[in-house]
Amino acid sequence: MELLYALTLGVLTMSGVYLLLRARTFPVVVGLTLISYAVNLFLFAMGRLHTGMPPVIGQVAEHTDPLPQALVLTAIVIGFGMTAFSLVLALRARGELDNDHVDGKGGQ
Amino acid sequence: MDHLAVLPIILPMFCGALLLLMGPRRLQLRRRLGLLATLLQLPLAMLLMGQASAGVQVYAAGNWLPPFGIILVVDHLAALMLLVSAVLAAAAMLYAVRGSDALGAHFHALFQFQLMGINGAFLTGDLFNLFVFFEILLIASYALLLHGAGSARVRSGLHYVLLNLFGSALFLIAVGTLYGVTGTLNMADLSQRVAQLPPADVPLVGTAAMLLLVVFGLKAAVFPLYFWLPRAYAAATPPVAALFAIMTKVGIYSILRVYLQVFGETAAGPLAQLANTWLWPAGLLTMLLGSLGALAASTLNGLVAYLLLVSVGTLLAGVALHSQAALVGSLYYLVHSTWICGALFLLAGVLSDCRGRRFVGRLVPGPALPRPMLLSGLFFLAAISVIGLPPLSGFVGKLLLLRAAGTGVAAAWFYGLLLGSGLLAIVTLSRAGSTLFWRIDAAAAPGQALDRVCLLAASSLLLCSLLLVVFAEPLLGYLDATATQLLEPAAYTRQVLEGGRP
Repeated sequence: MELLYALTLGVLTMSGVYLLLRARTFPVVVGLTLISYAVNLFLFAMGRLHTGMPPVIGQVAEHTDPLPQALVLTAIVIGFGMTAFSLVLALRARGELDNDHVDGKGGQ
Repeated sequence: MDHLAVLPIILPMFCGALLLLMGPRRLQLRRRLGLLATLLQLPLAMLLMGQASAGVQVYAAGNWLPPFGIILVVDHLAALMLLVSAVLAAAAMLYAVRGSDALGAHFHALFQFQLMGINGAFLTGDLFNLFVFFEILLIASYALLLHGAGSARVRSGLHYVLLNLFGSALFLIAVGTLYGVTGTLNMADLSQRVAQLPPADVPLVGTAAMLLLVVFGLKAAVFPLYFWLPRAYAAATPPVAALFAIMTKVGIYSILRVYLQVFGETAAGPLAQLANTWLWPAGLLTMLLGSLGALAASTLNGLVAYLLLVSVGTLLAGVALHSQAALVGSLYYLVHSTWICGALFLLAGVLSDCRGRRFVGRLVPGPALPRPMLLSGLFFLAAISVIGLPPLSGFVGKLLLLRAAGTGVAAAWFYGLLLGSGLLAIVTLSRAGSTLFWRIDAAAAPGQALDRVCLLAASSLLLCSLLLVVFAEPLLGYLDATATQLLEPAAYTRQVLEGGRP
């Protein structure tokens, strides 16, 4: 499971970085989204990977660490808001600069 | 428990929410409320400074004791930064209520949220909340930067937003790694764990620390991560640009907090002072490139943005010298440079208004200015303060730093670059000043009349530069205690971990 998880993270980050380096706003926003997925999964894995261990004391013999899950929730909410904002900004830039290049110029 | 420590966060939060609910109408009422809330930060910061002098104050939210709960820590450094941001915000707000707040819908609410993020970042005692407050101040700053719109702002705003989003992703990876290895995010607890790290975990924690350095470097605008700053700051409205002068200092504050207290002297083996080897060349290069950028700037705002970069470089090089005296000098220079760059941004705004829409801050011969003696006099004072000529605070700051540099090869580099950047700043500012005030284009139509309140806002920050010299003695005593606390993290750690107990 660890290998699969690590590979997933790697592929997500790799694709995200590739898209981020494209100079058009839409791929950049998608790239940022992929990277934030990878980051959220990474944070989640920092509580170690277990199955059948709820983060509740007293229900089962062993419980998992609840803190990374709380961190991931916060990170998801923040990432969601930021992505929405960057999308609106990208649309605004498209309208204002008449072009979807991140520098506001470049060959059409 | 004393609830004073949470007020610098709660007050702007509630005022911001209230301002948001008031909607786009009732501008006068919103201005009054915004101004009141901003001015209230001043006595609050002073009270907290007094408390911090008596010892480290810990505020455990919900009475969850450290290292488990969320804590706010008021120590010397945090209280000082609160005061710096409160003074700057008060002047920026005073400028903004004269009309530039009416350019967009929610200026006052955003301004309060920005203050909440900044104050929170200074007060928080754990790394994850540092991330959360970074995001709060960033999202408010995205909107403030675009305030009043215009295509230049949208373009520079896009860079700023995208870069910072990627920075946030790196921040989370670093925080996650640190938590995964050490099992804590409380900075005081973390510094204890880092000190007793098993050798196998050292490289992982080192990687996380270096990732954090990249994130803080991006916020502080250090070479090679500063390219977003000049364009973004030059495009913002004057009060927003002035408030943003503290944003780079938030990055520097985080560097001080994390690399002196968490990865300080006591950290395991190679982790001790691991940032210094990078901060030193990065600081010196930022200084050099900032000075060259200022020389090439074609607008007054762009010029000030580059001068802000020079101050960031100077500060980081000062921090990397890593001695008590150098730290005192750096902290003094931090206070000075934040206020004086804010004053310059506001003054640039006043001058741009007086020159009219066609010329604004472009450094070309423009129309004759109203009250030329007063304006040029203030510009001259601001210039000699930022350059570091006596008798204003820049001189004292640079003197302290130069004295702390000692002798040797490192000192030679530091002397050369600090004095060289001062010389370049003289050239730049005298060229800008002579273009603005002496080379008058008689045919050009004059701009708006001089706004006295805006000028008052700019000159009050200049006055602070003078006050920094007059009250240098007590301030240096306070800064000395701050530096001692930063360089001896064990005492801080003990006080924070015990301080939450009733």
